[in-house]
Amino acid sequence: MNDALHLHYFVDGDDFTRAGEASANVKKTLRQIGVSPDAIRRVAIVLYEGEINMVIHANGGVIDVDIAPDQITMVLKDTGKGIADIELAMKEGYSTAPEEVRSLGFGAGMGLSNMKKYSDEMKIESTVNVGTTVTMKVNLS
Amino acid sequence: MTPIQLAEALDLKIISRGDGDERTADGVFCCDLLSIVMGKAKAGAVWITVMCNINTIAVAVLADVSCVIISEGYAVDEDMVKKAEEQGVCLLQSSLPTFELGLAIHNLLQL
Repeated sequence: MNDALHLHYFVDGDDFTRAGEASANVKKTLRQIGVSPDAIRRVAIVLYEGEINMVIHANGGVIDVDIAPDQITMVLKDTGKGIADIELAMKEGYSTAPEEVRSLGFGAGMGLSNMKKYSDEMKIESTVNVGTTVTMKVNLS
Repeated sequence: MTPIQLAEALDLKIISRGDGDERTADGVFCCDLLSIVMGKAKAGAVWITVMCNINTIAVAVLADVSCVIISEGYAVDEDMVKKAEEQGVCLLQSSLPTFELGLAIHNLLQL
């Protein structure tokens, strides 16, 4: 495996159906460099949930992924409306997603809890009306 | 049993064959909320849902299920079929309600 690999993605906030492209691309890259299927699945899930959140709540954003031999670090940054109460947002089932998003099968209030569940470390920094940065790490060893 | 064998045994419509001849169907998961599927479906499961859009296919790939079955006869649009073909996802369809379909698969796979 390479010593370090950096990937950068722009998440389009207007196109719901394209959300998941960064996740799919990272998944493909990890497969090519021989990362374990379990770690790939976890990275793909947390990134997809993050992308969906950016599209639903923040009109898009940017994702940076650093792949080191022992750990994958993902930083998802947006300049959206922010999260007023992070503890509440983390609760399974709590959702502020609009109805049209729910009709597509999203907005179950599971996104952030899935991200926490499948990452080894997760940190959320958010300021209302300024934006949110979510940092997640998945260990490879 | 592969998803295609399962489709033949239960007379399901094969919309996209994908990797349905290579995978093993070894469980059933019924849910329409995509985050719950991502969080809880096991890799290799047969996923039954009425949620027909291209995000369903994205989630099927991420969750690594063995196939997706659209139940209750819901219509699958062209974009979804195209995405399933591109991603190599086995996409099936049935007029049966979700529970009846799940039970039939459960019995067929002797789970």
